[in-house]
Amino acid sequence: MNGGQKVRTEELSAWFRQKQALKNVNLSIKANAVTAIVGPSGCGKSTLIRTLNRMHELVPGAKVSGRVLLDGKDIYDDDVDPVQIRRRVGMVFQKPNPFPTMSIYDNVAAGLKLTGVKKGPVLDEIVKKSLQQASLWDEVKDDLKKSGTSLSGGQQQRLCIARALAVNPEVILMDEPCSALDPIATAKIEFLIRKLSEDYTVVVVTHNMQQAARVSDYTAFIYLGELIEYGSTKEIFEKPKHELTERYLTGEFG
Amino acid sequence: MLNSYRFRKFKDNAAYVFCLLCVVVAVIPLISIIFEVIARGVPQLSLHFLTANGLEGGIGPAIQGTLILIGLTSLLGIPVGIMSGFYLAEFGGNKYASAMRTINDILTEFPSIVVGITAFSIVVVGITGSFSPLAGAVALSFIMIPIIARTTEESLKLVPTSVREAALALGLHKWKTIFRIVLPTAGQGLVTGTLLAIARIAGETAPILLTIMGNTYFFQSFSQPMDALPLRVFLNSRQPSPEAQAQAWGAALVLILIVLALNICVRIASRSRLKK
Repeated sequence: MNGGQKVRTEELSAWFRQKQALKNVNLSIKANAVTAIVGPSGCGKSTLIRTLNRMHELVPGAKVSGRVLLDGKDIYDDDVDPVQIRRRVGMVFQKPNPFPTMSIYDNVAAGLKLTGVKKGPVLDEIVKKSLQQASLWDEVKDDLKKSGTSLSGGQQQRLCIARALAVNPEVILMDEPCSALDPIATAKIEFLIRKLSEDYTVVVVTHNMQQAARVSDYTAFIYLGELIEYGSTKEIFEKPKHELTERYLTGEFG
Repeated sequence: MLNSYRFRKFKDNAAYVFCLLCVVVAVIPLISIIFEVIARGVPQLSLHFLTANGLEGGIGPAIQGTLILIGLTSLLGIPVGIMSGFYLAEFGGNKYASAMRTINDILTEFPSIVVGITAFSIVVVGITGSFSPLAGAVALSFIMIPIIARTTEESLKLVPTSVREAALALGLHKWKTIFRIVLPTAGQGLVTGTLLAIARIAGETAPILLTIMGNTYFFQSFSQPMDALPLRVFLNSRQPSPEAQAQAWGAALVLILIVLALNICVRIASRSRLKK
């Protein structure tokens, strides 16, 4: 079931002006699996996933070196259009961020509608399918014309997941998708993450170790911008090889 | 203990009453203006007054002229103002932009008589060769552009980064993100800024005094003198005859009503169509 590598980083470093946030990270992310990226606050987890869809470079003063291979092709090559990469590598953010002026329907349709890819009945079908995949359809199917921001926080986050799914990405990046949500909404999203890995390659950043243990197949532990340890989640949690990982897991620092 | 609590409560109430008094003082002139304009303007209103030309004792040309000026100025000012605001908000991190921002701020506070005389010397003397609606619109757009540029920049900057990031992460190009996501999100702010600018230019007198000059007849051409309501108010109020002064009050009332009506219409048209 777990296919080959989907994304591989080679000697990946990232900076914000003078400050180096990532140091020579070599990580390979398996297709159709959930990879969790864990580590203490400010260790570079979010920076790492933002380099995977070229969102990092949008911050003024940000810089990247090294390579990120998506299906073997470096996404930082000169001939690669970052916009195309972002269509293949979708993203869900820490705080739910539906487009405030758009209806639920338009939020999900935004990616396809605004890129002029799909229209009419085809679009209706895709919106329905995406909302179903995000386990939101049953709750909103009669209110598709309502504002996206009228939903609860957990529903908004699932709406953002549906919005990301609608453009049919290959990889979905999630940057602490549950940190603004209550436990019940969190459980729903976690269930969803498991389910999504059947069709997509999922990378989840989290500072919640239990969450990483519950949802992921592989775990990468980052500390001060360096990849300390990477392996199957079972291995990392049961017999970590590195002392730092063990200390972090047992809550000695964080 | 109890005493200090009582004293605090007294101070609390005193501060409240003081604030309330300030509001009342601030509002008195406003209410008295509105009251005065309504009391003296309403008796003037009649179909004849609104539609007849100046010789027949009406302000038809002035109403027509003000509407033409608003339209023409908006045509020149709104696109330029909004696009400059866009530039300042989205690409305004450089020295050139911050210089523009400073100049823009100075222009916002510029004495309108100076704007008028500038437009006079450029357009009236240099281009049309006569007092004209075109010269008036140019002068008024000098006033409108900085206001709209400023409010556009401010309202675009209020759109949270997270909304922009969401759009970019969906694979939208920058310009699509700006025009289809950021702009609608900032929409109400842009509408408010534009309305403020229109209200401001609709009532400006000094610049049009020097550019359209006034006319007792209806619009003739874009290169002929034209009338406008603030001009009518100004010119009529300085005449000795009581009828002319009464007409000035009527024109003032109509001017206020036009700005109010425009405000309400645009608000309704730009209201969000989404169910809550």
